[in-house]
Amino acid sequence: MARGHLTTLVLALGLAAVPASLTWHSTGALAAPAEIPADPAHRDRGAYLVRIMGCNHCHTPYKVGPRGPEPDMTRALTGHPADFKLSPATSAGDGWVWSGAATNTAFSGLWGVSFAANLTPDPETGLGKWTEEMFIATMKTGRHQGKGRQILPPMPFENLGNLSDQDIKDLFAYLQSLAPVRNRVPSPIDPPEVQR
Amino acid sequence: MRRRIATSALAAGLVAVAVTQQVSRAAAPAALDPETLPQHLKDTGLYAPDDPSTIASGVRHFLPQYPLWSDGLTKRRWVSLPTRSSIDATSELAWDFPVGTKFWKEFSLNGRRIETRLSWKSSPARWQMASYVWNADGTDAVLAPAEGIPGIVEIAPGRRHSIPSRSDCAACHGASKTGPLGFNALQLSNDRDPNAIHGEPLDPGMLTLAELIEHRVLAPAPTHLTANPPRIRTSNSLTRSVLGYLAANCMMCHSGGTDGTPLGPSLSIRDLLADADKAARTLVNRPSAWQVAGAADRQSVVVHPGSPDLSVLFVRLRSRAPSSQMPPLGTVVRDEQAIEAFGRWISDLSR
Repeated sequence: MARGHLTTLVLALGLAAVPASLTWHSTGALAAPAEIPADPAHRDRGAYLVRIMGCNHCHTPYKVGPRGPEPDMTRALTGHPADFKLSPATSAGDGWVWSGAATNTAFSGLWGVSFAANLTPDPETGLGKWTEEMFIATMKTGRHQGKGRQILPPMPFENLGNLSDQDIKDLFAYLQSLAPVRNRVPSPIDPPEVQR
Repeated sequence: MRRRIATSALAAGLVAVAVTQQVSRAAAPAALDPETLPQHLKDTGLYAPDDPSTIASGVRHFLPQYPLWSDGLTKRRWVSLPTRSSIDATSELAWDFPVGTKFWKEFSLNGRRIETRLSWKSSPARWQMASYVWNADGTDAVLAPAEGIPGIVEIAPGRRHSIPSRSDCAACHGASKTGPLGFNALQLSNDRDPNAIHGEPLDPGMLTLAELIEHRVLAPAPTHLTANPPRIRTSNSLTRSVLGYLAANCMMCHSGGTDGTPLGPSLSIRDLLADADKAARTLVNRPSAWQVAGAADRQSVVVHPGSPDLSVLFVRLRSRAPSSQMPPLGTVVRDEQAIEAFGRWISDLSR
């Protein structure tokens, strides 16, 4: 399991150690591609934003490649694999405040345990039923679906809230153009002291 | 507020003279700048200009029959409408308020005012929402920062009340469309639910639906609602009260809107008024993506008849853990009265 200081999160995202014995499980067959948005320019700009903003570092499960840990782009943006079982996360202490799973899609810290969402347009487990308005509200408010629970670390919603509406629309156009992949990401787990 | 309302206010014994003038005075500070929030509550028009301890004339007290749970804090609510304006009631259940409408809601703990929230329709497509925080001696309330103030006062052991951020205000109220949530035909109905959870009796002078209709503040006036005021239609008093609770606490999001938002189970006020039992049945055994502990994997349902602990609705209503609680914001303390009522209602469904 990868661990790191919160302040070195970005470094850890790229360099998290992955056990060589890690095994991978399919999250489901790829479904037919969604309808391509009317304006490819917006979709392409959304793809560009996804690349430069590092969305794949958390929303795409990591694998061990020839150059070390890297996002497994055959599972691009499918979120934390539903069938990837994790033992309870290591408690914070001795200067450590968070830990990350080998897939770099699950994170444990003072906020409990968070799991990266499935951003493909699967209607049941991804963004398939989301509206553009809801996606914008989520980015702007830092709340799930724009009005639900708070989005948890390490999602940098403080940064994303500064995106323009058009940037967010382009991101949404690109995500909706992906092939929907069924992968039901677990709900977040609250810290023990607030669970009841 | 309109002249006819003024007459009613006088008749009701309220201190009111020349309401048109008074409302104009009440709205005057906002007229200084139609987009900027005043820095002090006293400049929002809630209080008489020459007496900050008195509610301004033309500002009316109202009391929704099904209150939103706010962790047991005491609340008072007021509304003011611009002079000679009316509320567009073309949609009887989704009123469109005139520009300049203001709502205030005051939160107190043990008699001490904590904050007063303002919802102000400052332009046709914009509701501005903000909170004013009271000082310790209750003499002034100052505009809170846009990001809110976390944990400003302890309201239960280990639980602290927070001044909401403006984006959190918009999460429930909507930044442009929705506006007030507790001021509608059902909430102001004169056919009030005597078993409403946390319901309070109306005081003389509080604004009601009948008064809004009688004085044509609603346009067009839904006069048929005078004889048949809105009521959650069911012969079961417990069903009526729990659905009223859902209307006040949940349906600002779970409202079956037409925007296609997948916010899980939804109910509509219209359905509750037509046949509440039928509406309630849509929740029973309805699959939920949220997993209840103890339910078979992916077999969770919103309401499991006879088993509150296997019902997502009950478990999330009871929870105050951040990632599972419902509502997801605006409350950090369990509502024990609601928990008892919902537990009894779900248990009774098996009979």
